[in-house]
Amino acid sequence: MLSASGTPVDQVAVSRSGSRTPAGEAFAFVLRTTLLTGVALAMLVLLLIATGHNAGVALTALARGAFGSWYAITSATLVRAVPLAFAGLAVAIAFRAGILNIGAEGQLLMGAAIAAAVASVVGSLPAPIAIVLILLAGAAAGGAWASIAALLRQKFGVLEVISTIMLNFLAQYLIGWLVRGPLQEPTRVNPQSASLPEALHLPVMLDGTRLHVGVLLAIALAVGAWWWLKETAGGFRLRAVGANAAAAATTGQINVGRTVVLAFIASGTLAGLAGAVEFTGVTYALYDNFSPGYGFTAIAVALLARLNPIGVLVTALLFGALEAGANAMQRDAGVPSVVVSVVEATLILLVVAAERWQSRSVARADSGT
Amino acid sequence: MSTPPAGDAILSLEGITRRFGSVVALDDASLVVRPGTVHAVLGENGAGKTTLMRVAFGLLKPDAGAIRLRGVVRTIPSPAVALSLGIGMVHQHFTLVPAMTVAENVALGRHGLYDPRAASARVREVAARAGLSLDPDSLVSALPVGAQQRCEIVKALARDVQLLILDEPTAVLAPSEARELLRWIRSHADAGNAVVLITHKLRDALAIADDVTVLRRGRTVLTARASATNESGLASAMLGSETTIAAGVASVVIDDAILSVTATHGAAVLVADGVHVADGRGVERVRGATMRVHAGEIVGIAAVEGEGQHELLRVLAGRCKATRGTLKRPDVVGFVPEDRQREALLLDSSIVENVALRGAGARRGRMPWSALRETTSNILRTYSVLASGVQSSARALSGGNQQKLVLGRELENAPSALVVENPSRGLDFRAAAAVRDSLRAARDAGAAVVVYSSDLDEVLLLADRIYALHDGVLTETPRDRESVGSAMLGSTKSRA
Repeated sequence: MLSASGTPVDQVAVSRSGSRTPAGEAFAFVLRTTLLTGVALAMLVLLLIATGHNAGVALTALARGAFGSWYAITSATLVRAVPLAFAGLAVAIAFRAGILNIGAEGQLLMGAAIAAAVASVVGSLPAPIAIVLILLAGAAAGGAWASIAALLRQKFGVLEVISTIMLNFLAQYLIGWLVRGPLQEPTRVNPQSASLPEALHLPVMLDGTRLHVGVLLAIALAVGAWWWLKETAGGFRLRAVGANAAAAATTGQINVGRTVVLAFIASGTLAGLAGAVEFTGVTYALYDNFSPGYGFTAIAVALLARLNPIGVLVTALLFGALEAGANAMQRDAGVPSVVVSVVEATLILLVVAAERWQSRSVARADSGT
Repeated sequence: MSTPPAGDAILSLEGITRRFGSVVALDDASLVVRPGTVHAVLGENGAGKTTLMRVAFGLLKPDAGAIRLRGVVRTIPSPAVALSLGIGMVHQHFTLVPAMTVAENVALGRHGLYDPRAASARVREVAARAGLSLDPDSLVSALPVGAQQRCEIVKALARDVQLLILDEPTAVLAPSEARELLRWIRSHADAGNAVVLITHKLRDALAIADDVTVLRRGRTVLTARASATNESGLASAMLGSETTIAAGVASVVIDDAILSVTATHGAAVLVADGVHVADGRGVERVRGATMRVHAGEIVGIAAVEGEGQHELLRVLAGRCKATRGTLKRPDVVGFVPEDRQREALLLDSSIVENVALRGAGARRGRMPWSALRETTSNILRTYSVLASGVQSSARALSGGNQQKLVLGRELENAPSALVVENPSRGLDFRAAAAVRDSLRAARDAGAAVVVYSSDLDEVLLLADRIYALHDGVLTETPRDRESVGSAMLGSTKSRA
């Protein structure tokens, strides 16, 4: 997992290299991602050798855990990719607007918490309506949680990096209280919420797997976000504010404050949805450590995707596979699964370095006066 | 080329070549600076002036060529080494820490303990020796631009440099400050120091320089004693053999002679009546401005730095609100802010997106990208913006082309009013002339144009009528240099 420390995303944010065709850009993205992943995996091999593990066995276990079987693909890799995709979209939208939302984790947790709370009272409604209500409530909770940081930034100039990190802790402890208090399961033994009745589970897409329809929602939202950013006036405003807020205000006469608040809330909403979908589709209960840091890994997902919503789907899949494989590696090869965090962190550093290098070479070429 | 012998030179750059990727920024360039002289390095934007001096200051490594200091070949791998060898540089964009005092800024980069009292004393001593007035204990952020520049100079002099490189030092200064600085440079050189003055202002160069070196496309095309050359000779060296352009430039430089045709005025488009404006911190910067701008005229605003022009222009353009008074203006006013990279462009976005930015605040629904692409190609063509395509990034454009793009974008929908702030800041002759032509064309097409320029010559050159702004008070003044000059300074006395 990526630690919650700040990442120099301002350089990464929105540096589109101008004159590329969409196909060329997609190709460059795939090439880049493959290359960076290759380097990161090479780091993993070195680390395995250095710590005295059998790299061959470990990597085989990693690959088998991620892609080794139909079940591994659908029920391990894809299931983990779904919350990463939602939260990755949340981070990408915020960063595109120039908002360093490090709080996707907290927004995700609040989404899950409110989803669990709503689930405990909508049992009498028809299942489809109840599920939709649960998801909407979770999304709204994420948005509301983000709006706290948004208003702090707008009204008092509080850096959102700080406030969102703090709100992450708050959300985590709030859940700790909820699952020992108001939302604790009826027997009052375990610190967790009551299990979600089967009728309220997100439908499973493929029999014999754990893959739920949340994956379709993630794909739809990613495509929607991509289209919205590219084709609508609102999306353009968001990108303009992120690219240069002063120019957006002066030249575009854009209401920067309003754009920032709305983008922040939209980001929180997506993260909240991640939590609600995970609750209704995978865990069926709320408990401490509900999220293994999806909200933090999402930052890596978004950065590696260069903040492109479609790219987020690809990188979420990559990180989903890494995490699925990490579990298998621990089980079958005795390698602690945390080494995969090293791969993830290496990827982030490589992304940031690559961006810096690219923008430096551009800057150099036009600094000659 | 009459190159002085390298033996008695303090600095001699020989055959310097430097490439950036496929771009050759310096191509066998040379420069010889004699002690006790002012050496002007002239050239258009992009000619390689700054790049060459960055090589001398250790900021760039040359791909080929040699650097000699007092006859000895040296490599200068970093500014620290340059400073230890007695070379200092003041960049066009200041490198001061705004939140620190002058003394702290000057002491930056020193090792060991920081003693505030000793640091202040050192600044006082260096400033006094150099004849510069500077308060060591004021915060840099509280200083006007001219004083910030003096701080930069003192910062270099505090390192005991014998060769001072100044990159476009007058670009940010008001005319009176610029004159003062040029006088100081002259006396500093007369005291035995060497100064390299990077500039594209021929007049500055000829006024104070002993030697002149002209660069064009990274090559040294002329080196001469200033007394042995003249404006038109330098202009044609800078621009190449295109004599027509050189002639045009020469006439531009001789400013006052050509007066704009005073068109018959149309209806009043911008009408301000007793307008007051406060800045971000609530300080009243414009006090009771009353003016009208008619269709088909260019109104010039003359002011020294920080007299309230920033706020006045933004109110006229509808970019900020008046605190008091009434203002009549059209819904859409074109606006060209002086800092194009900060306020007018999305540098890392495509040119189309930069064109789309105008009016984005009020746009609804879908972005009409294909129409915008069409509009953008038209702008590139009409305003001769050199770009590899509408999808290339704004960052890839040169300063002049960025400005032409901004101006083209604001003029493209033929706004009835246009507000322009320092339109040719940092541009070379050719680009500046193109920008001025566009402004005149907009005026002739019936727009009401307001132009502020920190270069009084430019205001005189463009404006049909002139208002001077002093300490937030706006006064209409006759269109002659002396009247405007004294109104700018808020006195009837002749200028210092």
